[in-house]
Amino acid sequence: MLSGFDFQTIVNALPYLFLTGMTFTLTLTLFATIGGMIFGTLLAVMRSSDNRILSGIAGGYVNLLRSLPLVLVIFWFYFLVPFLAQWLTGSSSPVRVDPFWSSVITFTLFEACYFCEIVRSGIQSLPRGQTLAASALGMTDRQALIYVILPQALRNMLPLILTQTIILFQDTSLVYVLSITDFLGAAAKIAQRDGRLLEMYVFAAFVYFVISLIASQAVKRLQKRVAIIR
Amino acid sequence: MNYHWNWWIFFEPSLDGTNTYLTTLFWGLGWTAATAIVAFAIALVLGSIVGVARTAPIGWMQRAGTIFVEIFRNIPLLVQMFLWYFVLPEILPRDAGMWLKQLPNAQFYTAAVCLGFYHAARMAEVVRAGLLSLSRGQKMAGQALGLTLPQTYRYVLLPVAYRIVVPAITSEFLSCTKNTSVGIAIGLVELTGTARAMQENTFQVFEAFAAATVLYLALNMVIVFAMRAVEKSAVIPGLGNRVAGRGR
Repeated sequence: MLSGFDFQTIVNALPYLFLTGMTFTLTLTLFATIGGMIFGTLLAVMRSSDNRILSGIAGGYVNLLRSLPLVLVIFWFYFLVPFLAQWLTGSSSPVRVDPFWSSVITFTLFEACYFCEIVRSGIQSLPRGQTLAASALGMTDRQALIYVILPQALRNMLPLILTQTIILFQDTSLVYVLSITDFLGAAAKIAQRDGRLLEMYVFAAFVYFVISLIASQAVKRLQKRVAIIR
Repeated sequence: MNYHWNWWIFFEPSLDGTNTYLTTLFWGLGWTAATAIVAFAIALVLGSIVGVARTAPIGWMQRAGTIFVEIFRNIPLLVQMFLWYFVLPEILPRDAGMWLKQLPNAQFYTAAVCLGFYHAARMAEVVRAGLLSLSRGQKMAGQALGLTLPQTYRYVLLPVAYRIVVPAITSEFLSCTKNTSVGIAIGLVELTGTARAMQENTFQVFEAFAAATVLYLALNMVIVFAMRAVEKSAVIPGLGNRVAGRGR
């Protein structure tokens, strides 16, 4: 069983796996986390606003995307983005979008829904007195949000946000369905080229496992440190 | 936009010659539901065992439970799917491997078992959260009455713990249903897969995915309504609305 395990295939594939594959996976994770956080916070603020139309739009968007499988959403945006780009740039035919940026847009828009729920629960977990105190000090709603509410909410929610980032890191492997060369895509390509499915998939699983495990243990540590003591 | 909408495409015969595209989509929906139900049955049973093991006052059981949860939570679902589908038949003894490879509907069984194990790890956390939310006195009272440890779990702790975590079980079931779409990567013809095939054959991208979207939303709604009935019947009078941690 293990005697047939060909380590040499893995060693030979390492540069391709990490320089091409893992670089794609990590940059996609990073960009989508930042984009998802920004858009997600915006959605959360919209959802908790008193304006019915704003909160309705944000709520509908979040609920819609949360009820769909990520694979379907990936397909949706893969075909939708060229048309959106055409519409935005006013060109005459659908614009070809680089697979990387297409994935970044997809994951940003999708993960924003999950970040939105995290930030919203963070805002709601703050005592009402914080908002009242801010307005008693003469702050406008926007100032209260930016200087008082969000900094505390984000701090409370930091562990959850990081956990969601680990989930996002694992979810990026789904770009496989578009034959994009992320870490798993690179492993799958080598696996099929060399007929070494066993070695490549076990190695891919091992790498994902180690990274996710270390990251989630670090989040657990952090969780204890950032808790605001009241 | 130079996209040609054609909503009549659903009533045209699909490539298999006999069914319309609409029919194939409903078949896809059926496979999605079947996979989700089988997978979640596995997840409930296995997840309960692991969840109980993680709270039991027995060292090796706790460690085994923790290892199980960490393994299945820290490897992406798609990679797990490949391990079950491509790698497992290779590492089994030759005869068993051949049998697995030649199994009819192998994609369905693989996807269901893979999803079952993946969600079992998450169900274990749900069950554990439910058990931990009970007061210590419950267990002590059970033991004081002379119940053995398994009896205490069976008759005292689990009946209450399950009822507390019903909302979390609902969201696990929803996420299990959505995750069946990952089966597309090993060739399972579930809902996303049928929509994708329809898109490839007809180039009617948006009609195909819109139909899949509507069917997923409908499926979600059915599950939410069904689970609401379960939630209602599971309420323990006087225990208030205490809800244990939601998944994760």
